Amino acid sequence: MELEAAKMIGAGLAAIALAGAGVGIGIIFGNYLTGAMRNPSAAQKQFPNLLLGFALAEATGLFGLVVALIILFAF
Amino acid sequence: MSLNPMHQFQVYKIGPEINLGGLNLSFTNASLFMTVSSVLILALLFFGTKKKLLIPSKIQLITEMSYTFVAKMINDTAGSAAKSFFPFIFTLFMFVLFSNMVGMLPYSFTTTSHIIVTFVLAAIVFVGVTILGFVKHGFKYLELFVPKGVPMVLLPLIVIIEIISYLSRPVSLSVRLFANMMAGHTMLKVFGGFVISLGLLGGWLPLGFSIALTGLEILVAFLQAYVFAILTCIYLNDALNLHH
Repeated sequence: MELEAAKMIGAGLAAIALAGAGVGIGIIFGNYLTGAMRNPSAAQKQFPNLLLGFALAEATGLFGLVVALIILFAF
Repeated sequence: MSLNPMHQFQVYKIGPEINLGGLNLSFTNASLFMTVSSVLILALLFFGTKKKLLIPSKIQLITEMSYTFVAKMINDTAGSAAKSFFPFIFTLFMFVLFSNMVGMLPYSFTTTSHIIVTFVLAAIVFVGVTILGFVKHGFKYLELFVPKGVPMVLLPLIVIIEIISYLSRPVSLSVRLFANMMAGHTMLKVFGGFVISLGLLGGWLPLGFSIALTGLEILVAFLQAYVFAILTCIYLNDALNLHH
């Protein structure tokens, strides 16, 4: 039973990684908006880069989620 | 058991069990939905290019749009040298996109939510790009690990970091797609479970969330296919145009 409890705590701790993903996505979209407000004509060209950065930032947080799921279901 | 959000990822066999030399090659629901998405792509491209009208029909328009989308993506990120890899990247993009989209249908199975599927795709990209780089540049391809303009003191450290980041490419490429798909579908099922457990009185709020999340998931399904394809293009660019 102790192992079960430790697994739950570990999975919860691993999910903290998603906080970083939230910060990262916020920074990316915030900076994109700032840049787009300053120079709207260049905004459309950088949209693919925005999506790429969003996906890259989100993925790092999801790695933490994967760790949580591995702890919960794979052991 | 049906309330378990992980239940949807279960692979079970459909039809007879086939064993070939210790390998279990039974036809599963995963293989069924991979076949479904492949057939859908083939049908779209077949019917889209059947009647080549000057004013395109809707299905022809979708086909042309997906073609130009991928062609433009390759041209923008990897340059004209990567033009000959269009069929590969188009196949990769369409397969991931259709697997993700078919997975959004209720009661279907998302093949890309299994790490083995995405890892095989990423491993093909990684091994292919590495071979391509060595064939095209020979041992000069190893210069990829030595960025220009780095102070000599930092160089050993940078080279190690570059090698690690190069080797982690297949892992990050596959885990990104798999984790996004799995996390999204788990979240949808968790909110679906809230609707059932809160019942007729309180269930409307999670139902609204669930609808909004479905929209988000469709966006993510497209976005992840796009990111998978564009990262493949970026890796191809590294292999084709060294230090550009």
